[in-house]
Amino acid sequence: MRCTGSPSMRNCEVHDLGRMGYTKALQLQHELMERRKRGEISDQLLFVEHPHVITMGRNGHAENLLAGPDLLGRAGIEFYETDRGGDVTYHGPGQVVGYPIFDLREWKRDVAAYMRAIEQAIVAALAEFAIDAGRVEGLTGVWVDGRKIAAIGVHISRWVTSHGFALNISTDLSYFRYIVPCGLTKPVTSMRELGSNASRQEVIGALAQSFGRTFEFAVQEVLVTTETL
Amino acid sequence: MMDVVMPQMGESIVEGTLTKWLKKPGEHVERDEPLFEISTDKVDTEIPSPVAGTVSEVLVQEGTTVGINTVVGRIDENGSGAATPAAEKPAAEKPAPQAPATPAPSAPAPQPVAKSAPPQPQPAPSQQAPPPPSPGPAAHATLQSATPTPPSQPAPVTAGLEEPAGPLSPLVRKMARDYNIDLKQVHGTGAGGRITKQDVENYMAAQGARTVAQATAPAAMPGPETRPAPAEAPMPRAEAPRASVEPMSTMRQKIAEHMVFSKRTSAHVTTVHKVDMTKVAKLRDRVKADFQARHGFGLTYLSFVTRAATAALRKYPLVNASIEGTNIIYHNEVNIGIAVALENGLIVPVIRNADEKNVAGLQRSIVDLSTRARSRQLKPDEVQGGTFSITNFGSFGSVFATPVINQPQVAILGAGVVEKTPVVIEDAIAIRSVCYLALTFDHRLIDGALADQFTGHVKSILENWSEDVQ
Repeated sequence: MRCTGSPSMRNCEVHDLGRMGYTKALQLQHELMERRKRGEISDQLLFVEHPHVITMGRNGHAENLLAGPDLLGRAGIEFYETDRGGDVTYHGPGQVVGYPIFDLREWKRDVAAYMRAIEQAIVAALAEFAIDAGRVEGLTGVWVDGRKIAAIGVHISRWVTSHGFALNISTDLSYFRYIVPCGLTKPVTSMRELGSNASRQEVIGALAQSFGRTFEFAVQEVLVTTETL
Repeated sequence: MMDVVMPQMGESIVEGTLTKWLKKPGEHVERDEPLFEISTDKVDTEIPSPVAGTVSEVLVQEGTTVGINTVVGRIDENGSGAATPAAEKPAAEKPAPQAPATPAPSAPAPQPVAKSAPPQPQPAPSQQAPPPPSPGPAAHATLQSATPTPPSQPAPVTAGLEEPAGPLSPLVRKMARDYNIDLKQVHGTGAGGRITKQDVENYMAAQGARTVAQATAPAAMPGPETRPAPAEAPMPRAEAPRASVEPMSTMRQKIAEHMVFSKRTSAHVTTVHKVDMTKVAKLRDRVKADFQARHGFGLTYLSFVTRAATAALRKYPLVNASIEGTNIIYHNEVNIGIAVALENGLIVPVIRNADEKNVAGLQRSIVDLSTRARSRQLKPDEVQGGTFSITNFGSFGSVFATPVINQPQVAILGAGVVEKTPVVIEDAIAIRSVCYLALTFDHRLIDGALADQFTGHVKSILENWSEDVQ
């Protein structure tokens, strides 16, 4: 369904796309980004879960990838270089990946404010599961007790955003051993590790609501989409 | 001529890193067509061209961080393709760096710009610290030759970074970019002539050998470290084609730095005491099954050694101190770092207030910290604040070793393997469980007598063990 608020509020469609390959999701983001630039669609918030994949951002350093391609291949992990900001990260089962396709000209036209707002929205969503997460000055992402629970990396083209964030729900954290996440020798954590048994649907519901509050659009229900949009 | 500036991407943002030029000098760009990419925070942003025209100058190289409103390039609105020479304008034309903290835009490097090479983000490190006013590639080579050429740094290949037509893996592309390799020079042995990681490594190794050979001759300019250049020249690359090159991980680099720093800082001396562990061994044998059942983890000698060391540190606080300038800092807490071997490195998590724990409590901390160290789950403050360290090389079979002090501490205790050994007791030969304890101490602060009193006290506690363990 289309999530529409009062006339004064902006519209945003929220889609849960379920399991989707990294390249397919990337392609979809590009299409939606172009359509958003042309004003054909409203803001979009996509949720996906990727199969095991390691991606390297524009500021990525090869040394933060700790495994060679053959080892990754044997472990069943794909590898991509992407046009998002940030260093290297891992996506996989048990992780909710959020891709906001927002036109920031209609919000604040401020990249830093956008990053902080994403962090804020994730912190608020985690609070609903009694997880006391926060930001760390100078380190993008969402942290619990010195451990990173959500990573953020964003691309912006003419103020329209793509890429986004990855929040560990029940991610098998051992996969992070192949990388130095975001180039930081800091540990990672997940909601499961912190004692939460929240389901993917519950987490997506909470994220959709908190993104709605943070970016001031109304969200009634998450649209579960299996076909291309 | 239209100046293109580093845009402000938000109120609080004062600078940005130009990560990629999407158009090269001489290329036509439409108004609003993406011209370059910048990176701020963890955001990668495409910046559209303000006007239609021909890119006439690129003033800020990829990988350079500049303040907002810095002119990064120029566009000729009467766009004719003949603008290329402009790219070679003298350095004086370039904008003064706006923010003093940011590195100056790197040397003009006319070659990659003028060539029809696809724009490649340059490796950051070389951009961050460009050789001051680089007179040209020749001087560059000299400088490199004077400093020891690390295996991962091949000679700067000054030809443009052109890519061959075939498909390239991201890794190969990344290596080419990071090490400034012209992939056209690399012979591909993969499927369909594709260039593999191995090919690049072989090329780099061969290239390295060549560089060293060339470099030895003009090594007239001494590098920052005035060491004789010829010394290392013939050595490292002799077997080059058989070597493979791999950049050190961040952790490896940190360990390397720390080890050399420590050796440079402290006056390392090691004293070794032989300890009869029979009493401890018997106690351990007696309780270990119950201990395992009760706690869910095993009981090791390391906990006994740690317990004895904490007691000795209480008695000899100078061993638990550190040096700051000409002051001695006595630490009120006994926080013991335990060296944990990782697959490709080493980390020293810290047991805080270790003197307040008994053997079971220490064992629990050791198991917890080493498990989380291996799964990279340590919190940052769990590897800080140590006042003394213990390393258990005995677990790898070593009898004794001379450990390196974990700065800013002044001593480290190493425990060798506990082995049954024939020993002479009152003219009779007995079989006892023996281990060697090695204390490396900083002779700047601790003299041999104190080091031996301390280690002797640890020995005495272990040999006359009196605490119950449950």
